[in-house]
Amino acid sequence: MTAELTLGPILFHWPADKKRDFYFQIADESPVDTVYIGEVICSKRSPFFESYYEEIAERLQKSGKKVVFSSLAEVMIPRERKMTEGLCSVETCNIEIEANDSAALYHLRGMPHRIGSFLNVYNEDTMEFLVSKGAKHFTLPPELPSSVLKILAQKARALDVTIEVQVYGRVGLALSARCYHARSHNRVKDNCQFVCEQDPDGMTLNTINGTPFLSINGIQTLSYHCLSLLNELDDMKKMGIQAFRISPHNHDMVKTSSLYRDVLDKTISPKEALVKLKKTGLQIPFSNGFYHGTDGYRWIKSA
Amino acid sequence: MHPKKIIPPELVCPAGTPASLRAAVDAGADAVYCGFQNATNARNFPGLNFTFEELQNSIAYAHNHGTKVLLAANTFPPAGKTDLWKQAIDNAVCLGIDAIIVADIGVAVYAQNKYPDQRLHLSVQAGAPSIEAIKYYCEEFNIKRVVLPRILTIPEIKQIKEEIPCEIECFIFGNHGLMAEGRCSLTNYTTGLSTNMDGVCSPASHVKYEEDENKNLTTKLGEFTIDQFSCSQNPGYPTICKGRYLVPHRQDAYYAFEEPISLNLANLLPDLIEAGVHALKIEGRQRSRAYIKAVVSSWRSAIDDVLEGKPPHISDLLALTEGNKQTEGAYASKRWR
Repeated sequence: MTAELTLGPILFHWPADKKRDFYFQIADESPVDTVYIGEVICSKRSPFFESYYEEIAERLQKSGKKVVFSSLAEVMIPRERKMTEGLCSVETCNIEIEANDSAALYHLRGMPHRIGSFLNVYNEDTMEFLVSKGAKHFTLPPELPSSVLKILAQKARALDVTIEVQVYGRVGLALSARCYHARSHNRVKDNCQFVCEQDPDGMTLNTINGTPFLSINGIQTLSYHCLSLLNELDDMKKMGIQAFRISPHNHDMVKTSSLYRDVLDKTISPKEALVKLKKTGLQIPFSNGFYHGTDGYRWIKSA
Repeated sequence: MHPKKIIPPELVCPAGTPASLRAAVDAGADAVYCGFQNATNARNFPGLNFTFEELQNSIAYAHNHGTKVLLAANTFPPAGKTDLWKQAIDNAVCLGIDAIIVADIGVAVYAQNKYPDQRLHLSVQAGAPSIEAIKYYCEEFNIKRVVLPRILTIPEIKQIKEEIPCEIECFIFGNHGLMAEGRCSLTNYTTGLSTNMDGVCSPASHVKYEEDENKNLTTKLGEFTIDQFSCSQNPGYPTICKGRYLVPHRQDAYYAFEEPISLNLANLLPDLIEAGVHALKIEGRQRSRAYIKAVVSSWRSAIDDVLEGKPPHISDLLALTEGNKQTEGAYASKRWR
């Protein structure tokens, strides 16, 4: 079985043209097998890119990639409810939906669909129930340690569904109804003027004594550290995890995804890939603590 | 003009210990909620919560006084540990609990299949702030009441009320949590203990207070500084979403998420009752017996005043808020967002 490499939805607010060019480059040059598209963080951002989806989905599919549409992670007001309903009733062939909120589950019951990392799938019973409602593929919450991933991988095999784990990028840690990007500029969400566009990788939040701690992406709080599970890929493959997610950032994602592909294919060692990743990646430290059952920001060296 | 028929709302009060539970019952709570002494509830703190025998005695006391008891089983069992949550459900049902407050789908499935007559409430930890999300849980798990997150305005609550098939419970007083409940891993990122799986938020075991030579106090969670206070300031508990931080475009440290402030909806009480909210919830299972007694008594008389058409007497409540600062948060205006 070949391990699948995926590209998660773009979490940050990039200009529409930049996003389109990004996806064209992914279509042409990246070894990822599946690409998740769609705005998952802020419904206000959504209209900017709406007219491009058809074009990029077609381009990605033409280059042999599977396209999945991810739903909003927080659905509350009428606009968000409508967006979610509309998305879930899309009758586009070849496009699966990834549910990230229980409002999406409401609409997707009885249809084949995917479960995203914003939904709380922590145990076998939850997985089994969602499978009975049509779930075929699960991207698990990033805080799960390897001991839990292992049991869920076994359960997924028994239920004949597949699972996916994020292996690169800042980790989503919290969602809120309030926009912290707007707040930092003394604005409110309704009057945000899209200030989040200034920070294509999130806005770093430092502690009072200057230590970088978290990063802000609108209503989302992410880690400051960048998750990298290169050393752990082989273990996860052995557990029976089939898909590995790169979360897009504002640097060379073709190179980044290629390094992960090379490690999955065992053409280079994780150690070598990490050295190269540091040169292409964000100028921030790596973390893998959650996987090893400890503080998420920590970096646990491989044995 | 006929006065609109008012349904008296249930006053739902926290109980971290059997003594607090009795205090809440005596002060006029219609229902109290509590948890077992383990990770099955979202206030899994040392010295808090109930053993099987304590819950048994407490339910007897409450029922003798006409008060309901609800069990919070509102965390997310990680794979391999689900038996602990199943046991909590079995024990609570065996003791005659009035309702179980659940968040995890797997826990809801278990409770519903094994005890189809047991009343289930949906915890705020389930993260269901929309009509569709609430209907999903009602239809799939026969949920009888939803606890709404503190992010909705009163007109939004009214709208939801009209379209869902279950009762609504709203927070009215206590901690003003900012992050979407059940979807926050900040504590785990910082301390290695998970809010969802271990039932802790900013655990005391990882809190540090460091004083410098000028008596300035730094509060830390794990390795990270959450806030700093001069010797004349009253230091707050280091909860990540209540801390002060720096960003490049601001000169001074600021409350990036929210100021340490308490929710107090006393002034909105008539509107909440008019909106048809079935139950009004006070947060704070970690609070002392004396606090519970004072807060529950104040709310009891405020609700009774409103039901009798009198203006509620609410001035006592401000003294009980965090740093004497209070907010109506999102309930009053969506500009809060």
